[in-house]
This record gives sequence, C-alpha cells and structure tokens, in this order.
Amino acid sequence: MALYRDQAVVIRTQKLGEADRIVTLISREHGRIRAVAKGVRRTKSKFGARLEPASYVDLQLYTGKTFDVVTQVESLENFGDAISHDYQKWTIASAILEAAERFTSNEGEPALQQFLLLTGGLKALAHESHDPSLILDAYLLRSLSIAGYAPSMTICSRCEAPGPHKYFSLVGGGSVCVNCKPSASATPSVETLQLMSDLLTGNWDDADISELKHRREASGLVAAYLQWHLEKGLRSLPMVERASS
Amino acid sequence: MYEGIIQDLIDELGRLPGIGPKSAQRIAFHIVQSERVDVNRLVEVLRLVKEKVKFCSQCFNVAEEEECKICRDPRRDPAVICVVEESKDVVAIERTREFRGKYHVLGGAISPIDGIGPDQLKIRELLTRLSDDRITEIIIATDPNLEGEATATYLARTLKPLGIKISRLASGLPVGGDLEYADEVTLGRAFEGRRALDL
Repeated sequence: MALYRDQAVVIRTQKLGEADRIVTLISREHGRIRAVAKGVRRTKSKFGARLEPASYVDLQLYTGKTFDVVTQVESLENFGDAISHDYQKWTIASAILEAAERFTSNEGEPALQQFLLLTGGLKALAHESHDPSLILDAYLLRSLSIAGYAPSMTICSRCEAPGPHKYFSLVGGGSVCVNCKPSASATPSVETLQLMSDLLTGNWDDADISELKHRREASGLVAAYLQWHLEKGLRSLPMVERASS
Repeated sequence: MYEGIIQDLIDELGRLPGIGPKSAQRIAFHIVQSERVDVNRLVEVLRLVKEKVKFCSQCFNVAEEEECKICRDPRRDPAVICVVEESKDVVAIERTREFRGKYHVLGGAISPIDGIGPDQLKIRELLTRLSDDRITEIIIATDPNLEGEATATYLARTLKPLGIKISRLASGLPVGGDLEYADEVTLGRAFEGRRALDL
C-alpha cells in the first residue's frame, strides 16, 4: 500500500455506492487524480466538507487498483464557500474547473502550470480581485496558452507581420493580416483584441477599465477559440452568467 | 462467463447502481435458488412500480395518483413549501415529524459542469406554484454541499422579488458528536448560524 501526499484542487465529485464519492482532483505533483473518498456523504464524515468542488486541500492518498483512496484531508483554502453564495461566480468557477479537467487529459501526468493557474484563478474569483467574467476569459486564454494553443494577439499568426491587425481567425490561430486571412475570419474591434492581449499577458490595469461591449466581444471570441481547439465545447460555458451592466 | 439466460440476468442486475459483477452474480444465483412464489412477487412489484408510480403534478414527488399523499392531505399547511432535491429528501424530512407543510422536489441541483442548469430542474414549476396567495414561506432544503448551496443561492435570488419569506436549513454540528472532531467548514457554519438562547 503506497501512501503519498499532495496538494490539490477538487474539480468534481460523483456519488459512489451508499456513502462514498469519487473525487477528481488536480494536484501539484501528480496532475489529475481520480480517488475514492469513503463515507464522505455521511453527516459524521471527518473530511466530507473539505472535499467539495473548488476546495484547495492538502491530502494523503494510497494507491489503489482502479482508484486511489483518500485517507486524510486538511483544508488549505475553501474557495467554495465564497463562490457558492454568488450564482455568477459559481457558474464561472464551474467553467474554470471543467476547463482545468479538460486541459489535463492524462491522469497522473504532472501539470504544475495548470495547477498554479487554477489555484490563482479560483483565488482571484473568491477574493473578487477583478470582474468575474474577465477572470474566466483570462483563465481560458492562459490555459490554452499552456496547452500550446496561445492565440497570436499582436502580430500576424501566419507571416508575423507586426500588428495590430483587423482580422481574427480561429483556424489561423489568432490575429491575421489582410494578406494571410483565411475565409470566415472575424473582424473584432481593435480594443477587443487589445483586451484579449491584456488578459493573456496579465495587464489588469487596462483590462479592468475596458468597456462592456469589448468584454462581451472578447468573451465570444475566447469561447469560440476554446471550442475550436477542444473540439467539444465546455458544458458549463453556456450557463455562465456574464455581466449585464 | 455463463451461458444464455443466467448471463443475461447477471448483466441486467449489473446495470443497477452500486451492483458490481460479483454482487450481480450472487443475486442471480439467489434468484435461481429461490422459491417460484418469491420470484413471482418480485416480478409483480417491478411490473407495478413501472406501471403505477409517476410524479406528483404539484410537487414532483413520487406518487401513485395524479397528486402525492402529502399534497392531497388537507391537514398539511399550504402556506409553507419545503424545496428539496430528491424524493429521498422528503422521506428524510418526514422522519423528523417537525415539518407540517408541503414539498417541492427539484429533481437535482444546479451543476453546470454536469450540464445541469436551472432549466433542467423543476424551478419554473415552483414559480408557477407560488402564484397561490396562501404561500407565505419557502424553506430551501437542498443538500449542504456546493451544488446545493449554489442552487439555494439561485432560488433565493429568483424568489426574492416575489416578497415571500425565504429560509434555508441550518448547517452545523451533528447531534451526538464531539466538537473537537468537527471539521473547520462545518464548525464555521455552526458559528455563523448560532442562535440566542432565550430561557
């Protein structure tokens, strides 16, 4: 029975049997893990409350045949509490968690950058560091970037001609110049492309003062770009509540 | 691997929740060795349950008639509705004998990651029920987990403009437990929801 310890964020939980749960975690050292948490649905469970989605925990597991088994859990930060009391934040956290799961496709393969991005994103969301909708778009763009799909925002993604360019292409990998643009390229405003670039590079000072119409356009482009690369879109993304004013 | 009908039975039993291949095999052989009358009784109950059991047109609890037993009971208080996730929760609350109002079963909790949004639950039907002027209070009794809390938040936000009193079941320490063994989340909730002792 090999015991190991790691820090992890709970992505999702599924009921198993009478009182158990299968928890999907993204951990610092072991990447994505699926583990069984025994008896956590009982009210007397010692660590049931710590293994809720979006919880950041320090846990001990032992290696099992099919699933690893959770033996001890300590809470490092409970993002879920702040998130569940705000419906918009909850829908955004769901999209972030689902994206994190999709971007770590192989179980047990370390994904430190995705883990750090995930904890950072959830922390920013729980502490309301920025507009929740912007946090989601920044998270998705950076996740894509870590996965190797960073959209080009300033130069033409094909001929590297310096921009800003008028066209944005999902197939072309971001900004494209007038000579390289494939058919069916979008023509977002310059401010929208600048906002996406700010979100990708972490220029929050400018992103925070962006206009709502540019945020909306950027959200649409990010969602489309994500869907293009993941092939199957995120189920939670259409349920995300975006800012209305 | 068995042949023919016995393997079909094992496969069918293995599709039930919580039944693995070994359990399915054990149950199948128990059925083979059982008296014919016992097996016929089981077959009859299975047939009846699919034929007769439906969802109550008012509260969406399981029922054998158009309306469930609780909705038809004139002694139940029509002014208070307790909103729960599943029919199993109605049974759990009924065991307390504390609640004399009526119920509304949502059919789950909002979970965007699983593709379940407000439209997949019986929230619209709840709003329709609230057009009844007799209703004065809604008690939200969704599970005390993240999905349940988020569903409660959504319901509270949706129902607030209607001006009906909305309450949420308290969270905290289990009766009969020791304080030192409570986890920090539950203990924190117990502090949040503490009440004055009026002796």
